[in-house]
Amino acid sequence: MNIDEKIADDLIANDISFVTTVPCKQLAGVIDEIDKRDGIYHIPANKEDEGMGLCAGAWMGGKRPAIIMQNTAIGVTINTLATLIQYYRMPLPMLISYRGELREPIACQVEMAVHTKALLAQMNIPTYHFHHQADVAELDAILKYTFMCNKPVAILTDANFWGGYGD
Amino acid sequence: MIRSEILKEIAPILRDQLVVCNIGIPSQELHAIDDQPSNFYMLGTMGLASSIGLGLALSQPKPVIVIDGDGSVLTNLGTLPTIANNVADNYILLIIDNGSYGSTGDQPTYAGRKTSLAKMAEAAGCDRVIECQAKQTGRVLQEALDARQMTIIVSKCESGNAKMPPITMDPVVIRDRFMKAVQA
Ligand SMILES: [Mg+2]
Repeated sequence: MNIDEKIADDLIANDISFVTTVPCKQLAGVIDEIDKRDGIYHIPANKEDEGMGLCAGAWMGGKRPAIIMQNTAIGVTINTLATLIQYYRMPLPMLISYRGELREPIACQVEMAVHTKALLAQMNIPTYHFHHQADVAELDAILKYTFMCNKPVAILTDANFWGGYGD
Repeated sequence: MIRSEILKEIAPILRDQLVVCNIGIPSQELHAIDDQPSNFYMLGTMGLASSIGLGLALSQPKPVIVIDGDGSVLTNLGTLPTIANNVADNYILLIIDNGSYGSTGDQPTYAGRKTSLAKMAEAAGCDRVIECQAKQTGRVLQEALDARQMTIIVSKCESGNAKMPPITMDPVVIRDRFMKAVQA
């Protein structure tokens, strides 16, 4: 199974047609895949809070959005999540590369990794963690859940899920 | 002219359009001057009005007018390259540039000193950028609507606020009636 293709397939099957991204090495493959899909308007953002603003507008305009970003962005977007996405009750699937977990080569990434789940829990954001490739099977149900409840939902995807760094 | 005088003057133009309005006193002023279901008021999240408006313009065909401020654009400067590189000809960004952080006590912004937001928008790649004086705002805005071309307007005005009550409408109500106006 190619997980990049599977993720893009699930986005399209759930009518997600507006995707904003701030890149991460782990996410390079899925971002490439999204770029290839005609059914998705891909709009790179310069910062993740900006990306969430774009998604909020797209959703009010009738498109289903998603954001793809790194877990360090949780530190950038707490205010936007609380005062825009949650306050106005908007759905937002967040596909997040979970840096600083097992098989991480860069020590500094661990410094945000240790806060990631605590921050998401503090924000009452439903959070799923993909550790094995087979975990991607739940993505379709998670996307349906997100647009059922109109909440931001986090999908943390760690290095093991993406196949490591060639270690 | 101060911002509220500009808003009063352009209210008849805004009335029939989708409007995304910046956090704080700008939203309070617009709400008090001419509340419409087609106005999306930001109650928090400084800086994101231009981004919300761009996402909206890219996702449906109706014209979208964003009323933003110099301080808010400065806090989300990455928005200008994103706007320039994702052209939506139904998008108008009206930056009411009073050279100050109006909602927090009129502290000066860098836009009121050496920094030109119009030149920054041009440098970001925005094709149609118009800087005007406050009293020309209505004419320039109507021309931008008629041109059906993505436009960034920087309207230079004096700093100062009208005394308006806070918006007490529930955010989900603001969002819901706005989405119905989008779909109407
Ligand atoms: Mg200002």
